[in-house]
Amino acid sequence: MYIDYKLKGNVLTASLHGEIDHHSAVIARTEIDTEIDRVKAVGLNLDLSDISFCDSSGLGLVMGRLKKMRASGGSAVVLNPSERVEKVLRLAGIDTLMPIKKEELK
Amino acid sequence: MKQTPVNRFKAEFPAKSINEGYARMVAAAFVSQLDPTVADLADIKTAVSEAVTNCIVHAYRDKEGYCPIYISGAYYADGRVVISVRDKGCGISDIKQAVTPLFTTDPAGERSGMGFTIMESFCDKMSVSSRVGKGTTVRLVKKIVRP
Repeated sequence: MYIDYKLKGNVLTASLHGEIDHHSAVIARTEIDTEIDRVKAVGLNLDLSDISFCDSSGLGLVMGRLKKMRASGGSAVVLNPSERVEKVLRLAGIDTLMPIKKEELK
Repeated sequence: MKQTPVNRFKAEFPAKSINEGYARMVAAAFVSQLDPTVADLADIKTAVSEAVTNCIVHAYRDKEGYCPIYISGAYYADGRVVISVRDKGCGISDIKQAVTPLFTTDPAGERSGMGFTIMESFCDKMSVSSRVGKGTTVRLVKKIVRP
């Protein structure tokens, strides 16, 4: 898995590519948190459009970042998950905790 | 009457997180012989990934040295696939609690507590047998029906 970042104002978009499992989630979590702190992001978009596999470790990754953003008064959004990834997210009720947006990000 | 499998496989690997991907790919490769739908194949990959992650994160949490995970699978003439994931780890003292949605013993590790719930949701049947100090076996059953 790899991640690339875009910053617009104080909103950070992290685009995740590849597979999210326990192995990759542990690495991604540290990497994203470091970037959030570095750019002092107030909003976080987790772009999951290029995630081809996601298990419950992805839930932990998303919920953990939401918690981190909220702790500093910020917010987080999930962008463009595939139908498959959304099924996993909804199973844990993530859609009731944060927005899952489907749109082209330009 | 006990059915004889059409085909079966077995694999063993150490409980390293990098092998989570290996485990779900080996299971997917085996099940692919049945020409499953993309959705069914994804269900199996996800369920296997959850079972193997549990072995690594929970079963062998405090164990050093070689920690084996055994995965085996079989499919039958009616399209039924049975996959077992077994470890020789700490075991589960309260299975009912362990399979409860959102229950986790490792919140600091950002575990969501949804592993068993996902296995149950994505398979037709899921069962857990465990002995404390001896290990755990998770059995996943899913029927592959060609569209």
